[in-house]
Amino acid sequence: MKKTLFDKIWEKHVVKTIENGPSVFYIDRHYVHEVTSPQAFAGLDARGIKVRRPDLVTATADHNVPTINQHLPIADELSALQVAKLEDNCTNHGIEAFGLNHKHQGIVHVIGPEMGFTQPGMTMVCGDSHTSTHGAFGAIAFGIGTSEVEMVLATQCLMQRKPKQMRINVNGELNEGVTAKDVILYVIAKLTTSGGTGYFVEFAGDTFRNMSMEERMTVCNMSIEMGARGGLIAPDQTTYDYLKGRQHVPQGEAFDAAVERWSQLYSDEEAAFDAELHYKASEIPPMITFGTNPGMGIGVNQSIPRTSEVEAGQQQTLSKALSYMEFGEGDAIAGKKIDYVFIGSCTNGRIEDLRQVAGIVKGQQKAPHVTAWIVPGSKAVEAQAIEEGIDAVLKEAGFELRQPGCSACLAMNDDKIPAGKYCVSTSNRNFEGRQGPGSRTLLASPITAAKAALSGVVEA
Amino acid sequence: MEKLTIVESTYIPLRNENVDTDQIIPARFLKATSREGFGDNLFRDWRYDKSGEPKADFVLNTGVYSGKVLVAGKNFGSGSSREHAAWAIYDYGFRVVVSSEFADIFKNNCLNNGLLPVEVTPAFLSELFERVEADPSTSVTVDLAAQTISLTGTDKQEQFEINEYKKHCLMQGLDDIDYLLSIQSEIEAFETTPNI
Repeated sequence: MKKTLFDKIWEKHVVKTIENGPSVFYIDRHYVHEVTSPQAFAGLDARGIKVRRPDLVTATADHNVPTINQHLPIADELSALQVAKLEDNCTNHGIEAFGLNHKHQGIVHVIGPEMGFTQPGMTMVCGDSHTSTHGAFGAIAFGIGTSEVEMVLATQCLMQRKPKQMRINVNGELNEGVTAKDVILYVIAKLTTSGGTGYFVEFAGDTFRNMSMEERMTVCNMSIEMGARGGLIAPDQTTYDYLKGRQHVPQGEAFDAAVERWSQLYSDEEAAFDAELHYKASEIPPMITFGTNPGMGIGVNQSIPRTSEVEAGQQQTLSKALSYMEFGEGDAIAGKKIDYVFIGSCTNGRIEDLRQVAGIVKGQQKAPHVTAWIVPGSKAVEAQAIEEGIDAVLKEAGFELRQPGCSACLAMNDDKIPAGKYCVSTSNRNFEGRQGPGSRTLLASPITAAKAALSGVVEA
Repeated sequence: MEKLTIVESTYIPLRNENVDTDQIIPARFLKATSREGFGDNLFRDWRYDKSGEPKADFVLNTGVYSGKVLVAGKNFGSGSSREHAAWAIYDYGFRVVVSSEFADIFKNNCLNNGLLPVEVTPAFLSELFERVEADPSTSVTVDLAAQTISLTGTDKQEQFEINEYKKHCLMQGLDDIDYLLSIQSEIEAFETTPNI
């Protein structure tokens, strides 16, 4: 029987299958953060049970930590309470926590791979939809709700039904200035935000093969935005090179043995998928969103669609989005004035992203009316940026390098875009009010965001 | 978890498509550490203006519709995995959410909290919207055992899908943890063989 990459990992993790029901699915690594876990720990306490495998849990504070003065007590009382609860819960249950001021603190999906917790062939979950990020390593990784967080803490297992499988193939060389972020925004624009619902997606083709691990993480990160449970990419030499020597990855001969096992993780040539799509890399332009869901993306030199041009069912959604954004039908997106630029999040808060931004803004000045926030994904990214002099380049250009966290991606901390203001953001969601009540988000790559910061308008 | 078997109720139509969990409960209201009280901020930014006054034209505020069933447009519950969205809907008083398509994580979150997601065909969804907009006292009967949703007092009815195991859990008020805890020894045995 020919198997997909997903099948191979899935089968090795089924503890048992209930007749006509779900499977008991084993989890190798559980990432935990402060927002979706307190009620889960409270549930364990109410049942009088302990975390079953604290050694398989990695915890960090990221969603509502401040991004300035992290050494001071958190001013927002509720945020402070959530962060304190996480630390208490981890202490009580023997879980290693990378809380505020820890040298490994950062966004959970950035520190997991960085520290080598994320490895090929694993199953990983977190109470956060962007857990799909870890699929970049050839792993099954997906977001769960708080009740499921409690299940995994209690038993290291989840009840899961095997999802349908989709393969998205992109082949060819990307055009100059087109990045992984543009590729995934393009795919979501083609597929819509529900086009992947019910599926797990494998990204295949030489365009993904030629991407770095950081770029693959950006792609898999956003697979949830097309409705998919998760996305994954078969591991290869790029994966092994990234992993080698990282703290929690097997070392020496054990590493070679691991590579031997990992190299079996690919979809067999004739393996069947429930759906298969093909795109050409050469057709993908630098992308930007104009609306209020990640599927509303166009090339930076294209025009915002007219309601008459979309399907009947989509007309109301489009006109509601345009009215929220205060954009006109048929307007060119290039030249639209912007107020904020946010570079960061689990999508684009890695060192490669910061390097790209520094490369563009070096020796130049941001537009005077633009506020430009750069929020590294982790303490390690922050330290690396300082070591490489990226912080100095950014500062000279008028950008603000802040401290690690989710920040303005979901605005649970003080980093909010004011009502009515436009923000070119490298994060993953442009929902109404996502970056603060009334805020207006245009999703784009770090390159497109950096260019917009310099000129103060969307640049074609 | 509360048991759920039959719900007969008037219902509230929310025609919007692609309603994401950020709209159901914005991130700034996720800071509580218990499961209660989220209903006050359900659809916060659609329901209240900046000064906290109810927006008269939002469907929950018009006073026209009420009930334990929320009927929403296609692709309901996309975006963030926050279970707080399911808690908010439940806390507000809903026991059933109907749409022609739900986001996966949201659907699981509902099922784990005694909130029944009922997936109907686009045609039936349109019918539900049209009927209640013509007569807000229109009600539906959702029978979990029979897996049917019908317009009460008419022959308009549709079967809906639900996984047998989840159906059993909802009807008995059981959750997955009770089951998983009962098979600890099998999980321990599984852990003795390498799986990566």
